[in-house]
Amino acid sequence: MSEIVFAKPDPYDFLETDALLSEEETLLRDTVRDYVEKEINPHVADWWDEGVIPHAELAKAFGDLGMLGMHLEGYGCAGTSATAYGLACMELEAGDSGIRSFVSVQGSLVMFPIWKFGSEEQKQTWLPRMASGEIIGCFGLTEADSGSDPASMRTSAKRDGSDWLINGSKMWITNGSIADVAIVWARTDDGIRGFIVPSDTKGFAAPEIKKKASLRASVTSELILDDVRVPDEFLLPAVSSMRGPLSCLNEARFGIAFGAVGAARSCYESALAYAGEREQFNQPIGSFQLTQRKLVEMMVSVQRGTLVALHLGRRKDNGELTPEQVSFGKFDNVRNALEVARTARSILGANGITLEYPVFRHMANLETVFTYEGTNEIHTLVMGQAITGLNAFT
Amino acid sequence: MNVVVCVKQIPDPATPYKLEEGTSWLIRPEDQVLDDTDRYGVEMGLQLAQESEGTVTLVSMGPTGNAQGIRQALAMGADRAIMIEDDGLRGSDALTTARVLAAAISSEAFDLVITGTESTDGYSGVVPQMIAELLGAPALTYATKVEVGDGVVTIHRQTAAGYDVVTSSTPAVVSVTAGVVEPRYPTFKGIMDAKKKPIENKTMSDLGVENRLAQEVAKITNAPEREAGRRIEDEGDAHTEIVALLEDRKVI
Repeated sequence: MSEIVFAKPDPYDFLETDALLSEEETLLRDTVRDYVEKEINPHVADWWDEGVIPHAELAKAFGDLGMLGMHLEGYGCAGTSATAYGLACMELEAGDSGIRSFVSVQGSLVMFPIWKFGSEEQKQTWLPRMASGEIIGCFGLTEADSGSDPASMRTSAKRDGSDWLINGSKMWITNGSIADVAIVWARTDDGIRGFIVPSDTKGFAAPEIKKKASLRASVTSELILDDVRVPDEFLLPAVSSMRGPLSCLNEARFGIAFGAVGAARSCYESALAYAGEREQFNQPIGSFQLTQRKLVEMMVSVQRGTLVALHLGRRKDNGELTPEQVSFGKFDNVRNALEVARTARSILGANGITLEYPVFRHMANLETVFTYEGTNEIHTLVMGQAITGLNAFT
Repeated sequence: MNVVVCVKQIPDPATPYKLEEGTSWLIRPEDQVLDDTDRYGVEMGLQLAQESEGTVTLVSMGPTGNAQGIRQALAMGADRAIMIEDDGLRGSDALTTARVLAAAISSEAFDLVITGTESTDGYSGVVPQMIAELLGAPALTYATKVEVGDGVVTIHRQTAAGYDVVTSSTPAVVSVTAGVVEPRYPTFKGIMDAKKKPIENKTMSDLGVENRLAQEVAKITNAPEREAGRRIEDEGDAHTEIVALLEDRKVI
């Protein structure tokens, strides 16, 4: 039996979870971390403040790195493991949830359905240019009146000769106004179908939703489809049910389970540094028992979330991950990240509400992450049904 | 054009260095990283080689460990690596290092050898010039800009006042400063390809060199604590005093 080793724990990786990564995963993770520290962190508070991001430059840079559709095989995609994709999401979201959302949408919600359900011609046409960042995509599923219940969507597509006519509107669409192409899910006579709609198609408009108090370093839009005519070749051939959009969401939610931990880690590290420097009553506030309790709770939460995310990553790479397990990760890691952000903000006091520190920005972002891609309630009911065998949705 | 880039794996500068008792040799952990200043040389080599569809070969001396640092440079795009690892090289000085690297380089067909100006763990700052001498090649040092064409290499050499323009024929040895070019981030494809790229391991006997230490570390002392700065109260003339101070230190 091995004995316990007495060594000084690393405050930033208490359980030494880094040891669970392969050399290649470590290098990839470090590359994204380095990129975020140099290219995102110095600017992101300004982007957030102004509500504007340099989307074309970011898309190009992400494309050059190989980040877009990174865990897909072929068509100019890097073909990494799912765990590596998760780790990239974790580092991006340590920068900002909006930046991670940008990459999630492109890779998991737009490239993934084309890769999974598209024709060979569609893959050749779209994927290489999306992997390089030349083209930005968006994903239109949610509607103003159809959020948690997407099957109630009103947007419809009807055959008109060899074409399709799409009518309806979509809401809360990340990257909508900057997208060159949209994956639009619509009701048809033979079920829910996905369409590849170039944004310059007549009748397509994507006004941006302004005045947000969250995800400000991210473009959020409405999509308006008014007699949008697309040829049959723009229909995704291989899926005709809610399985299509839901399988995309599972991909994105997997990335969020990792990403949320990144945001939480950033908050914890900010609070730990602050607690060591900030003095009150002639001592660092980190010396107070109440503050130490907060710091330890945050550290434990971040480490636990990392372990859950890595476990899901390994299962996904082994082809064993279930949607219910993805719900576990999204449900638990996001709610804990939000709690960590709020706790960090309390340690930073008034400084915590400024954009000089990342915590309030993360906290405001995580309020969105908490409800998008399946609300906490929906993931609860998914798991509730899984353990009881009883469906609470209807 | 074929470029050899000398790189070094060093202990992560974010963790405190440990020295071996008695010898004062740096203890090198299994996990080492690419010396950050080497990324500039690798990038320079990649740019020059890519212009002419040439190759970039990395040459490195020291314990391979898990080769994580070398893989960083391979992930940036270098084609292959030669690692010289030998227990007999522990504690080697700058001249031994240069002899080992020069011996490894001399068996390669190269147009240019690129190095950093000094390593971030040893800081001797003399290895590039020694390699050049041992290879019988011109040494062009402290380059802030490098251009190669028609068998001629031209560099801008950093000086206190500005820069010198220095040229020589190739093959030549060029040491580059941090900032000569902006190092690229390794791409994800590059990272995944890196593990398939060949790393050739060599020993002293393969190269026919011996470790004849010409120097020993006599003593190690901690750097003195930094003294507190001086505060200049502005009574209307602080700017002249500050300008005088800066001029005195040749900052401006």
